[in-house]
Amino acid sequence: MISIGHYLAVSAVLFTLGVLGIFINRKNIIVILMAIELILLAVNINLVAFSAALGDLVGQVFAMFVLTVAAGEAAIGLAILVIYFRGRGTIAVDDANRMKG
Amino acid sequence: MIQLIAFYLFATITIASAAMVIFARNPVHSVMWLILAFFNAAGLMLLAGAEFIAMLLVIVYVGAVAVLFLFVVMMLDIDFAELRAGFVRYLPLGALVAIILAAELVFAVGAWNAGGVDLAARVAPVAEDASNIQQIGELLYTRYIFLFEAAGIVLLVAMIGAIALTHRQRGGTRGQNIAAQNRRRPHEATRLVDPGVGQGMEL
Repeated sequence: MISIGHYLAVSAVLFTLGVLGIFINRKNIIVILMAIELILLAVNINLVAFSAALGDLVGQVFAMFVLTVAAGEAAIGLAILVIYFRGRGTIAVDDANRMKG
Repeated sequence: MIQLIAFYLFATITIASAAMVIFARNPVHSVMWLILAFFNAAGLMLLAGAEFIAMLLVIVYVGAVAVLFLFVVMMLDIDFAELRAGFVRYLPLGALVAIILAAELVFAVGAWNAGGVDLAARVAPVAEDASNIQQIGELLYTRYIFLFEAAGIVLLVAMIGAIALTHRQRGGTRGQNIAAQNRRRPHEATRLVDPGVGQGMEL
């Protein structure tokens, strides 16, 4: 039978893949954003798995809020990406030093 | 038994397509693999009994977020080969961090299995006689109504922010000025001239 451990394993692998994706694609901000989506998906799977295992619906409600924030983050991130591309003609983020911060 | 087979199918495809998202050469392919990963994660959540979240995942992620990614990837003229440079250079560091993180996660799951937290009371126990969507709806519109509204505000702010960031005033276009058109009177728009014979006239 499927236990919560199965779900936690899938979610852990997904989370790790997301973090690895941020590291190996660190010039390409589009893939970085997609890796962040993967991380949030792993978090959602965790929330839903615990919600099902504990018989408590709050996990699913919270997963919905995570989904909301993920959608907003993607929209804002892609908007920033578009104006960054307009200004510089490239999206390589490792030389994003315009603000000299 | 069929549940276990379905679980392993969904889990395998989810993880494989997540790996393809970060390793694919072409970001368009990355988005396609991301869509596949979302669909299979929705299947996983369906197996866990979270029907509403599964549907939401398909509608919001596949229908909105992934399509947004696809639009941006295709709209911008990006040299992806240049962005691939350094892929191999960053791989050892990334793999190291990933292995440490995976070990920590395994450790955390082991600690949770060994004893873990024992919650005294369920905040919102699952009822047997109502569907998942109905129960979530009852929670969202009663106890979590303010959080729900806050989520709406977050989306509104994100929408306004995205529009404000990307909207630009185009120069050189000649838009219609309705107020100026309405203000226009015949005496300032027309002119009576009486040109002499054989002479030209200046406009």
